[in-house]
Amino acid sequence: MDHILSLIIFFPLIAGIFGFLVNKESIRAYGITVAFIEFTITIALWIAFDGNEAGFQFVEHATLISSFGVSYHVGVDGISLFLVILSTFMTMVALIGLNIEKDAKNLIISILYLEMTMVGVFLSLDVILFYLFWEFSLVPMLYIIGAWGSDRRIYAAIKFFLYTFAGSVLMLVGILYMGYIYHATTGVWSFSIPDWELLILPISTQFWLFGAFFLAFAIKVPMFPFHTWLPYAHGQAPTVGSVILAAVLLKMGTYGMVRFLLPLFPDATIYFLIPIAIVAIVMVIYTAMVAYAQKDMKQVIAYSSISHMGIIILGIFAINAEGITGSIFLMISHGIVSGGLFMLVGMIYDRRHTKLMSEFGGLAISMPTFATIYGIMLMASVGLPLTVGFVGEFLSLMGFYKVNWIMTLFAGTGIILGAVYMLTLYKRSFFGEITNDKNRGLKDINGRELAAMIPLVALVVILGIYPKPILDPIDTSVKKMIVLMQKKSVLPENKEFIIKVNSIRGGE
Amino acid sequence: MLEPISIDLVALNVTSLLPMAITVFGALSIIVIDLAAKNLQKSFFTVLTVLFIILSLGAVIGFNGEDRAFFDVILSDGIAMISQMIILVTSALFVLLALGGRRFQEFAMAEFYALFLFMIAGFQFMVSSDNLIMIFIGLETASLALYTMIAMHNRAKAHEAAIKYFTMGALAAGFYTMSAMIFYALTGSVEIHQIALVLNARGFEPLVGVLAATVFMLGALGFKLSMVPFHTWTPDVYEGSSAALAGYMSIVPKIAGFVVAMRLFEMLIDSGVVWLENILYVAVIMTMTFGNIVALVQEDVKRMLAFSSIAHAGFVMAAILIGTTEANAGLFLYWILFMFANLGAFTMLWATRHRQNLWDNRYQHPFVKFSGMIKVSPTNAVIMGIFMFALAGMPPFSVFWGKLYLMSAAVNSGHIALAVIMALNSAMAVYYYMKLIVYMFLKDPVSDDENIYSSNMSTVLKVILGFAVFVTSISIVLVEPLLNIITNYVTLSGF
Repeated sequence: MDHILSLIIFFPLIAGIFGFLVNKESIRAYGITVAFIEFTITIALWIAFDGNEAGFQFVEHATLISSFGVSYHVGVDGISLFLVILSTFMTMVALIGLNIEKDAKNLIISILYLEMTMVGVFLSLDVILFYLFWEFSLVPMLYIIGAWGSDRRIYAAIKFFLYTFAGSVLMLVGILYMGYIYHATTGVWSFSIPDWELLILPISTQFWLFGAFFLAFAIKVPMFPFHTWLPYAHGQAPTVGSVILAAVLLKMGTYGMVRFLLPLFPDATIYFLIPIAIVAIVMVIYTAMVAYAQKDMKQVIAYSSISHMGIIILGIFAINAEGITGSIFLMISHGIVSGGLFMLVGMIYDRRHTKLMSEFGGLAISMPTFATIYGIMLMASVGLPLTVGFVGEFLSLMGFYKVNWIMTLFAGTGIILGAVYMLTLYKRSFFGEITNDKNRGLKDINGRELAAMIPLVALVVILGIYPKPILDPIDTSVKKMIVLMQKKSVLPENKEFIIKVNSIRGGE
Repeated sequence: MLEPISIDLVALNVTSLLPMAITVFGALSIIVIDLAAKNLQKSFFTVLTVLFIILSLGAVIGFNGEDRAFFDVILSDGIAMISQMIILVTSALFVLLALGGRRFQEFAMAEFYALFLFMIAGFQFMVSSDNLIMIFIGLETASLALYTMIAMHNRAKAHEAAIKYFTMGALAAGFYTMSAMIFYALTGSVEIHQIALVLNARGFEPLVGVLAATVFMLGALGFKLSMVPFHTWTPDVYEGSSAALAGYMSIVPKIAGFVVAMRLFEMLIDSGVVWLENILYVAVIMTMTFGNIVALVQEDVKRMLAFSSIAHAGFVMAAILIGTTEANAGLFLYWILFMFANLGAFTMLWATRHRQNLWDNRYQHPFVKFSGMIKVSPTNAVIMGIFMFALAGMPPFSVFWGKLYLMSAAVNSGHIALAVIMALNSAMAVYYYMKLIVYMFLKDPVSDDENIYSSNMSTVLKVILGFAVFVTSISIVLVEPLLNIITNYVTLSGF
């Protein structure tokens, strides 16, 4: 098990390279097999993972550029473990659900490369390595959106690429500056996160670096007002692109916030806490309203994604164990749910070649199984208790309640609005009489689609009832991080603040 | 009565001339061979040229004599060594491009190869001297050979390019002599280290004179380095010359120019006179930004690469502005990594060169030409895509590491604003490189004929492409050894 992380990162890459040799007809089976093997390895990682150990496990270290401190340094802790499993799981599910025939080989190989970059981002402990995977993840996604999307795909692909690239170059300057400070303080070059976490920075430096990192993450999440690329990308992307984009790529941004902003810049985090929370709440409510106004089913889910990401950010910036653990859980649950919803929209689009809700109506009559699965996913998205969506949202909001209950109240309205637009969507498309003749006699969900959806539905229910096996390891690592933050913060009032929001009585 | 001068042969340090002597000898022997034996193939001359270059490279690597030779006219210090190596390796790779699949007039002529070697010798002299007159001779030798080689392509555009380059170059030469004259008038010497001594002793007075000399020198070197606003010749000359030569021009003359700029401007920036630094600062930022902005709107890939090479030159000039050892090492690292990506990109243009302009009345390589290339010629499209990503500074490809190192040098020396501008410029640059990728990967092909992308392809070109793509992709492991070598050489020469 010594090199299991390298195996997880590079297996899709190697499989992708060999994929060129596989015949066009069998490439889909090849892709699914590879994704399944990859998923099995990550499950093995979970089994071997020690849930009581808070630090990084399975750490590998090899120096790449010694004079500059760049190294190949990977490791996994409770925070990243489940995001890695989510990436491999969603890739597998997306490949099972894939039904694009055109240039399927290029598409599947791109997806495998994308999988490599996704797990690479979550497993990297060296910041330069992290940046490498972070940037490289754009390339396969650009190709997937741009080559297999709908009419305005090229515009959407370029917009996606430029937005995220422009955000991250400033992060690169931040990374280099951070490396410089580390060198100035300790006399050695290092870009490793565990090393950086030991560094206590003066407040003014924290502000600048926080800004540089935050911008990159905010664009990736995407936070209001940088969110405009996302609905476009979703609107134009093929189903498989949307699934991976919503399920995993967006999580890179929030993961970056947890991994970098909180432990590296605790004082700046607390200083910017309220403004960021306000933006997050605006984002929750505003995008929920926008989602309600959409005519296109896919756009509703795209905007609902942004809305949910707002709650995740709120949970992260609660800076207490409940909030952060909840938001990481919400990342995973939102990955499952939004991925599932995008797949379902893709299925109905395959049948009707439209995503406009006005074209539907009474789908429950012609496609009962499909409607049931859609209903379960939708309820999970709304956050119905006993579904996976509830746990994360509840914990995130509870965490932030300790910081400020009025703001939490506003964020809570986002959930109500979520129920409004989602149920409206369901009512307009699935209930009532069949008004449009084209909807009559639509084929219900088929075997392949069922194979992709059943695991998702099962997870939604199982994790909704019993989330403990996931919450515990996350909680262990998060608590360690909060202790670190508390120790590192420069100002005494910030130390007190962290203790206060982590105590039982909470803020008020 | 004049004193009789006695010359000690040892003091001359003749071995320092060996690398240049080999290239000059090679050029002469090619002329002689051509006189003796007619009807020799281009492959013969090409390989012979490569052999002479390798010999010269061996002489450079094996050199371990004194720095100074011929009464301080020759200065074979660390940066002279490293830049000669870059020049020779790049030349060897680019001259092999003559072995493309199609026949071109210039490559059939032995004179082309003789001129090529003379040009290399010129650049070698230029980098291994800190005597303004010697630098000038080297510069002019190289430039005159280069003008002729461009014109030998023998198209109307090529003649236009050669004449444009020649007239502009003549003006630059005028600037150069003007600057050298002022420096001589101020200090009574044409050797940079002497000039530095005198100016330092005098506290850089009279400032007007120093500023005038600096501005003239910036104009002269600015032409060679295609710095804004002296860049106007670049796109036209690149467009007019063959892709092989254009790629060569984007690398070798510039590294020679960088070395001269490094020798001269670092001395001036160290002076502490704010004006000198500000002039360079403005020039650097203008070059990067302007090059990038204009590259955005180009319709031809070669012109796009021309403007992008302007931007890259600006990026690298920032190293001279920063002036630390780390930055200077970064300059060479960047340029080596850039060389491989650029070699690949221009080789690909060269290999896809078609007899007719099928796509556009004016341009050889408009973006449309490459649309849907992934479907027609997938391997070539992927390779070209890698070069574009590398040039754009996408990790983990080559140029990214150069950018990383240079930006880190900027940050480490307190030039945070400069680092941010460099970062923003990299973001801007992504767009136009992406444009080609979008055409290649996302648009539909114009024609299904694979041959339009391989009309000039040959085994040699394929090998070069493979080599370039290999180096570009694995550069993460090359950075460490390269940096060690470069830093060693740069530190040795005190920069």
